[in-house]
Amino acid sequence: MVLSGNDKTNVKGVFSKIGGHADDYGAEALERMFATYPQTKTYFPHFDVSPGSAQVKAHGKKVAAALVEAANHIDDIATALSKLSDLHAQKLRVDPVNFKLLGQCFLVVVAIHNPAVLTPEVHASLDKFLCAVASVLTAKYR
Amino acid sequence: RLLIVYPWTQRFFDNFGNLSSPTAIIGNPKVRAHGKKVLTSFGEAVKNLDNLKATYSKLSELHCEKLHVDPENFRLLGDILIIVLAAHFTKDFTPACQAAWQKLVGVVAHALAYKYH
Repeated sequence: MVLSGNDKTNVKGVFSKIGGHADDYGAEALERMFATYPQTKTYFPHFDVSPGSAQVKAHGKKVAAALVEAANHIDDIATALSKLSDLHAQKLRVDPVNFKLLGQCFLVVVAIHNPAVLTPEVHASLDKFLCAVASVLTAKYR
Repeated sequence: RLLIVYPWTQRFFDNFGNLSSPTAIIGNPKVRAHGKKVLTSFGEAVKNLDNLKATYSKLSELHCEKLHVDPENFRLLGDILIIVLAAHFTKDFTPACQAAWQKLVGVVAHALAYKYH
């Protein structure tokens, strides 16, 4: 699965609309993921995962920053997220299925806050982008 | 959205005419009519939450024996429906609401796959 020129334009467009709210989107995506897919909490036994938690907010900020970084280097996501890729492979080892779950929640957050932006075509591009990011993060798993 | 975001799902709709672009898909009357059928069926599910397997028994057999639809497609459609609801209801689509609906689309998908053999 390859990101077309249109996909890249669409993704960059979404992130420019999101602007300074990226941190909040990251936190809300995590909150929704924990509520919708409780099994994802197993990766955070050391966290307070209740809604509004400071730890979840901080982690959401990290997740958002990584997505923004990937969007800003969309022609070479593998290089941009190389360190995160190592981290997930060697230390975190989050089962690959979970990236799809977080991706779904991120799409929901974008839909809620920017329904007009998430046209079917932009939805398709963003979904592809999130898949590409997930691929990079799990690329070194084995 | 399913046909645009996951274009391989178009494989089941050869007789729908023009699906060659997002614009064509969005304007296609057969797509619209089918969407109405599917959502009406979801409405039935919501009215029969205690009895989903029975509610979907015949549709499950149909999707297996006649339509030959991989049940994974039900999960894909469920995820798409969630996004549509989110865009439509925005802030009212709370995390609790999303969690409940994600469970619903999951059990509907399960019920639709139940009679597969």
